[in-house]
Amino acid sequence: MTGLHPALVGLIASSVLLGALLGLVAYVTLLERKFAARLQSRIGPYRVGPHGLLQPIADGVKLLLKEDLVPADADRTIFNLAPLVFLVPCLLIFATIPFAPGLGVADLNIGVLFFLAVSSMEIVGLFMAGWSSNNKYALLSAMRAVNQVISYDLPLIMAALVPVILAGSLQLSAIADAQQGLWFVFYPVLGQLGFLAYIVASVAAENRVPFDILEAESELVAGFRVEYSGMKFAFIQLAEYAHVMGTSFLGALLFLGAWSGPGPLWLGPLWFLLKALGVFLLITWIRWSFIRVRVDQILQISWKLLLPATLLLVMATAITVVMRIP
Amino acid sequence: MSPETSPTIVKTLDYTGSERLTMNMGPQHPSAHGVFRAILTLEGEKVVAVDAVIGYLHRCHEKLSETLTYAQYPSIASKTDYVAAMTSELAYVSAAERLAKIDVPKRAQYLRVLVAELQRVASHCLWLGTWCMDMGGALGGGATVFLYCIRERELVLDLFESLTGARLLYGFHQVGGVRYDMPEGWAGECRKTVDLIEQRLLEYEGLLESNAFFQMRTRGVGVISRELAEDVGIGGPLLRASGVAFDLRRAQPYSSYEDFDFKVPVETAGDCYARYQVRMVEFRESIKIVRQVLDGLPEGPISSRPGLKSVAQVRVPKGEMYTRVEGPRGEVGCYLIGDGGAKPYRMKWRGASFSNLAVLPYIIPGHQVADVVAIMGSVDPVFGEVDR
Repeated sequence: MTGLHPALVGLIASSVLLGALLGLVAYVTLLERKFAARLQSRIGPYRVGPHGLLQPIADGVKLLLKEDLVPADADRTIFNLAPLVFLVPCLLIFATIPFAPGLGVADLNIGVLFFLAVSSMEIVGLFMAGWSSNNKYALLSAMRAVNQVISYDLPLIMAALVPVILAGSLQLSAIADAQQGLWFVFYPVLGQLGFLAYIVASVAAENRVPFDILEAESELVAGFRVEYSGMKFAFIQLAEYAHVMGTSFLGALLFLGAWSGPGPLWLGPLWFLLKALGVFLLITWIRWSFIRVRVDQILQISWKLLLPATLLLVMATAITVVMRIP
Repeated sequence: MSPETSPTIVKTLDYTGSERLTMNMGPQHPSAHGVFRAILTLEGEKVVAVDAVIGYLHRCHEKLSETLTYAQYPSIASKTDYVAAMTSELAYVSAAERLAKIDVPKRAQYLRVLVAELQRVASHCLWLGTWCMDMGGALGGGATVFLYCIRERELVLDLFESLTGARLLYGFHQVGGVRYDMPEGWAGECRKTVDLIEQRLLEYEGLLESNAFFQMRTRGVGVISRELAEDVGIGGPLLRASGVAFDLRRAQPYSSYEDFDFKVPVETAGDCYARYQVRMVEFRESIKIVRQVLDGLPEGPISSRPGLKSVAQVRVPKGEMYTRVEGPRGEVGCYLIGDGGAKPYRMKWRGASFSNLAVLPYIIPGHQVADVVAIMGSVDPVFGEVDR
């Protein structure tokens, strides 16, 4: 790549990543559907292609061909803009993730911070969608969104700080390198608690059951996306799954040693992907086993339980690291 | 009725200068349980008043019954409460039988108890599934419970299918007895099915009761006090969850219920969790009764009525009769006026869901939006029976 302009390299890299990402996210939906079907003693998608393998493509085509409705009373500009505003941060978070040593778009020295900051930007898109739909269900959902995402981003940051402190760096590749000996999830007590807090907080930050009060289809029909159809709906779904996958990758990187695993080095990205899918399936398992919690209870769990607990955990980690150094 | 227990009527609320929002839930809504419309007045997430609107499924059922003979109607009676079709059939035929003073053979009575209890199991399966889906989402753990419950309900429906040939609306009862006897090997299948369901109940309990979120969502939510329960006239598991030990099978035994040994579960908390507990015990008690019926099923005819040449042959003398049976949702009553002919002069249903729904405007205000669906689900309404 010596002859290429650095900007061009970045462009190619991000295009490749984006393409791979969209394919991955599409197939992750199939994985989730198959997994959930097994949990519920069903088969899941089976008709389109062998074992339903072409289902995500069929879904995409279907959504593309759907009529794109905009409610008469909606705020058109914001309504049309919201899915994009929602999608961009959810895709942007992948920029910082290194998939193998040196294989990433931008290995920032403040990677974790960038990831968490950008991923919490999705709230803007959510709120725009809920507000501009001019629908009461969507409005209530948008109100809940602001409540919930803010409440759970804090514990998520705290939980992510545990590996950061252990590794002594905010750079994602450095955190991954620090785990080549011992994955942080196996770090006595602190690692397990941190991972647990990370999973709980990320389920909430991703608005999945049991914390999916934004969508809450038995109360709010579909929440903020109730008025969306066609490709805009697809964008929202895509963004949501991209966010889940992003958080799964980050979880695998922060706690499960990223690309470390048996076999040659080139197997590293595969291990990373498998671990991320493992985290994803864990989140999915939670999703399909629990019932939804109420809004006030969700806030209580966050502010009265999770946030103090993660704060203590961060302090304990800091003390451990300071005691360990000399 | 004391002022505290009277419902907040939406029209009396003052909207000027308030931050109140009127939200329409239903009749097309994922957790409307059919076609129920609740007009909620919200203050943020809190519900301050609710207007319940019913009638979207009205199909002149009672008028229809005047045009059908006593031999024809039982298979239509099942369309009132289509989730527990056996119950309404039983209520109708027992009204006609008592009016015409027709005796029912012991075997038929036992078979009626058998299907009624199996129907209660099937109906409670659907209740548990839909209730959890209301609370847990069609895209979450609730759907998992729902599919498990439907799997078990299917087993009972399979039994009904081999008994009557139908899976939803059976036409099993007739005036004077029942129409079908058990096919060969059916009793064994039935035993196997109830054994399996009894085991699966443990799984549901493991999935739900040890789940902190389930407890959070149901405990202390939608409390119906004993006084309110008695004032409004709710029935069935709702009434028993509010501390009233009233079960028609025990209080006013019909169809040989006095022969069987079963427990009437009572809880005093009156919240959603108490209603859950009552129904979980009822599952097991119904299974117990099913086993007792299979053990003690007497030989003999299944109907006291000779074969018919015409549907107009069953005639009921002039008079009035009200009979009530304990359905899965409470008291199902049938009021029948005969005029000596082959068709009733007038018929009126007392739907259990209809009476139970009346409690919603009292208990919903003060709860969150999310609780509305939890409470609705715990009341377990079937709109075929509400609107008729």
